[in-house]
Amino acid sequence: MLRLEPRAQPSTLMQATAPLLAIVATIIGGGILFLILGKNPFESIRIIFWDPLFNEALVSYTRPQLLVKAAPLVMIALGLSFGFRAGIWNIGAEGQFVMGALAGSAVGLALHPMQGIWILPLMLVSGIAGGFVWAMIPALLRVYFRTNEILVSLMLVYVSYKILTAMVTGPLRSPIGYNFPESRSFHDNPSMHNSELIAGTGIHWGIVITGLLVILCYYVMRRHLFGYHVNLMGQSNKVARFAGVRINLVIVVCLGITGALAGLAGILEASGPAGKLSPHFPVGYGFTAIIVAFLGRLHPIGIVLAGLLMALTYIGGELAQFMLDAPAAAIQVFQGMLLFFLVAADVLVNYRVRIGTPGRPTSGAREVTAGSSS
Amino acid sequence: MNELGSISPELLVASVMVASTPILLAGLGELVVEKAGVLNLGVEGLMIIGAVCGFAMSVITGSVLAGVLAALVGGALLGLVFAVLTQYLLSNQVATGLATTLFGLGLASLIGKPFIGVRPPEMPRLRVEFLSDLPFIGHVLFSHDPVLYLSLGMTLLIWYFLRHTKKGLILRAVGENHDAAHSIGYKVRQTRILAIMFGGAMAGLGGCYLSLVRVPQWTEGMTAGAGWIALALVVFSSWRPLRVLLGAWLFGGVTVLQLNLQAAGVGIGVAYLSVAPYVVTIIVLVLISANRSQRLLNAPACLGRSYYISS
Repeated sequence: MLRLEPRAQPSTLMQATAPLLAIVATIIGGGILFLILGKNPFESIRIIFWDPLFNEALVSYTRPQLLVKAAPLVMIALGLSFGFRAGIWNIGAEGQFVMGALAGSAVGLALHPMQGIWILPLMLVSGIAGGFVWAMIPALLRVYFRTNEILVSLMLVYVSYKILTAMVTGPLRSPIGYNFPESRSFHDNPSMHNSELIAGTGIHWGIVITGLLVILCYYVMRRHLFGYHVNLMGQSNKVARFAGVRINLVIVVCLGITGALAGLAGILEASGPAGKLSPHFPVGYGFTAIIVAFLGRLHPIGIVLAGLLMALTYIGGELAQFMLDAPAAAIQVFQGMLLFFLVAADVLVNYRVRIGTPGRPTSGAREVTAGSSS
Repeated sequence: MNELGSISPELLVASVMVASTPILLAGLGELVVEKAGVLNLGVEGLMIIGAVCGFAMSVITGSVLAGVLAALVGGALLGLVFAVLTQYLLSNQVATGLATTLFGLGLASLIGKPFIGVRPPEMPRLRVEFLSDLPFIGHVLFSHDPVLYLSLGMTLLIWYFLRHTKKGLILRAVGENHDAAHSIGYKVRQTRILAIMFGGAMAGLGGCYLSLVRVPQWTEGMTAGAGWIALALVVFSSWRPLRVLLGAWLFGGVTVLQLNLQAAGVGIGVAYLSVAPYVVTIIVLVLISANRSQRLLNAPACLGRSYYISS
C-alpha cells in the first residue's frame, strides 16, 4: 500500500520538479479533454504548445503576443507572491487591475486633446494609485476589523466590474463611438498610447517595466529585511511577532504592492494592447495570475517562466479555437487543471511516498497549517 | 416613491425567498464542511457546476428531477476532487479551493456552450386547494417549488444533526480538535470527505436552483459571486444554521430590493444599485468580524488545517 511519510526538510529537488510534473500531467489531461471533445489530442497539444513557438507561418504574430500576454500576468503575480508568502490571500487582483485601468484611463481621457510626453507616465501613476486604493479596502478592513481579506477582495472584483460598466456607459463613453459602451480609443492620441517600442516585437513599456520589477522583487524578497519579514510571517505568525515584525504593517504593504502592480498592469493593458475600455476589457488576468504565482513557486524567476507558459496556453488556445474550432472555455479548463495538478504534486515537497507498512512507528500525528506550505 | 407602492408586498416576500434559496443551500453545505474543520473556497465553482449539470440534464431529459439529481452528483463529484486533494494529498486548502473555483468555472462554460439561449423545463410548484388561494399567506407559504421547501427543511435538519445527534457531535469534534478525535477512534479523514461531498452536493443544488428557477436560463459565469456570498454567509452566521437562513433572507432581500428599484426606475444608475449585494456583504462581514469575542468562540478550532495520520 502507498503511504506518505513526512520529510524532515522540504525537498528542494521536489520544489523544482513538482511544477514540471504538474505540467506533464496537465498536457496528458488536456489531451484526454480534447479527445472527449472529438479532436485529435496530439494535434491539439501541438497547436497549443508547439505551433505558437516554432511554426514558421505563425511566429511573427505569436512570439510577440507571448510577451504581450505574459507581461500583465507576471506583473500581477509578482505582487501576489508577497502576500501569498506571508499567508495573506488577496484574490481580488482582478478588481485592482480593473480599477487601475479605470483610474489611469480617466486621467488620460480627461486630458484628451492635449499632447505631451508626461501624459502616459501620469496615467501610469494614476493606474498604480487606483489599484493601490482598491487594495487598501481589504487591507485596512483586515487590520482594523480582522475582516477576511479573501472575501472582501473578491467581492470588490464584482463591484469593479459594475463600476467599469457604469463608466463606459456614462462619463467615459466615447463621444464619437455611436453610443457603444466603450471609451475613446487610446490609439487616437499618441500621448496616451502605450505603443510598441520596437516594431514587430510586441515590446511595449509594460514589458520593460515588468523586467525591471522582476529584478526589484528578487532583491526585496531575497536581500531586503522586508522580504525576510514576509517569509517569517508565512512560516509562523507567532514567531514573526516575537521577532518584532509589525504584522499589520506587513499586511498593508503586501496588499498595497499587489494592488499597485495590478493597477499598473491594468492601465498598461488598457492603453496598450487593449486600446480602449469596454465591459469586455477584463479577461481574467487577475485570476490567472494566481495560478502563475503558485506555478512559479512564488519566486520571481519562476513567475516569469510560469507567466510565459500561461501566455502560451492563451495563445495556443486561440489558435486551437481558430484551427480546430475548439471551444474557448477549453483553455480555462486547462488552466484550472494545471492548478489542481500543481497543488497535488506539492505533496512531494513535504512528504515522501513509501510502499508498504511503516518500519518504525513515527511519533503520533503531524499537522500542516493551511497557508504555510507551498 | 409612488413607483415603490406598485410592488405588491406578497410578491416581494415570495421573491425574496426565491432569491435567497441558492445561497442558503450553498451556505448550509459549506457550514457543515467548515464544522468538520475544512475550509472549501471552491463553493463558487461547485455552484456553477451544479447550475450547468442541472440545466443540461433537465433540458436533455426534459425532467427537472433528473436535472436536480445531476446537479447533486456533479457538485458532489467536484467536491470529491477537492476532498481527495486536501485529505489524501494534504494540499493547501486555500489554493485547492481556488483551483476548484477556476476549474469549475471553465468546465461549466465548456459544458454549457450548446445550452445558451435554451429554455429549461419548468419546475413544478406546490398548489394546495384553498391554502394556495389564501391572500398573502397563500402566496408566501403555499405556492413555491419543492427545492425551496427542501432548503428550509435542510436548515432545520442540519441544525438538529449538528446539535442533537451523535454523528453530528463526531463531526464537530473532528472540526474542533482532530488530534483528540483521532485518538479516541473517530475517523477524521472519512468524516471530512463525507462532509465535503455533502457540501458539494448542496452547492450544486443551489447552483441548479439558479439556472432552473431563479433566472431560468444558462449564461456563462451566471453564479456571479453567489458562491462567495455563501462563504460570507457562513462567517456572518457564526457557524449556526438558523442564522444562515436569516442571513440568506437578508442578502436575498437586498438583491430583490435592488432589482425592484431598478425596475421602478429610481434615479440612481443601474450599475450603482447592482453593486448593493456585494457592498452589503462587505459591510456585514466587517460588522461581524469587528465583534471579536463572538467570532472566536464559534469558529471551529481546526478550520483550514490539514491532518496527517501517521499510520
